[in-house]
Amino acid sequence: MKVKDLVDQLSLDVRSFKDGLGNDITGAYVSDLLSDVMGNSKKGNVWLTLQTHLNIVAVASMKDLSAIIIVGGRQAQEETIKKAEQEKVTILTTALPSFEASGRIYQLLK
Amino acid sequence: MALNITENIDGIFQLIGGNFSTAGEASTQLKHKLAEIGVDEEIIRRATIATFEAEMNVIIYAAAGWLHYYITPGSIKIRIEDMGPGIENIELAMQEGYSTAPEWVREMGWGAGMGLPNMKKNSDTFTVDSVVGEGTTVEMVINFP
Repeated sequence: MKVKDLVDQLSLDVRSFKDGLGNDITGAYVSDLLSDVMGNSKKGNVWLTLQTHLNIVAVASMKDLSAIIIVGGRQAQEETIKKAEQEKVTILTTALPSFEASGRIYQLLK
Repeated sequence: MALNITENIDGIFQLIGGNFSTAGEASTQLKHKLAEIGVDEEIIRRATIATFEAEMNVIIYAAAGWLHYYITPGSIKIRIEDMGPGIENIELAMQEGYSTAPEWVREMGWGAGMGLPNMKKNSDTFTVDSVVGEGTTVEMVINFP
């Protein structure tokens, strides 16, 4: 499955780096603790979080994640979007809370 | 593993405390450097996690610090020295979940007490020396397979 398929299925908003919609998804990881994501996410995972500050971009870039999905209707800060464009990190947003977004993605990926 | 390395490579980055906007730059550059010379992907993954955690600790806790790396055909060594408050109880600091980070740092999702344990977990040798009121030095070596 590609990032674009998730965007279509869940009607996600694309906030940065549209070229990343072609990325392959290897799975998903849900956490708001950045060290946990650093330690335990896998290459190609989509990452669901409610964090919106610019360090999420460095984490996603360093772990080669396929996209970040910011949940719960939160919006990425402007500097986060800017950094994400620079670092070629795709940021998506959804009004769905963590649990609902995770459940739907789980169904699609399993 | 055949590395594209004819002589030892080293580098240094200066880190500024509180500067969250540049967090990860040193680790990202190191990651690219390791990829460039053909280091195994799993080694890059470990080095990147360890380095980023060390970088974050300087940014969160210290006034300033330096990150040095040394790549030889057999290993990568990363040394981070900071001018920070120092660690009062290293044994406690090494426990997963223990953190002295302030509330606003925790709200960012840092300060979960996973930094030092993540560094140790991802390196083959790990040492931390600290003097309260002066600073902390962490040294990590990751051997190439």
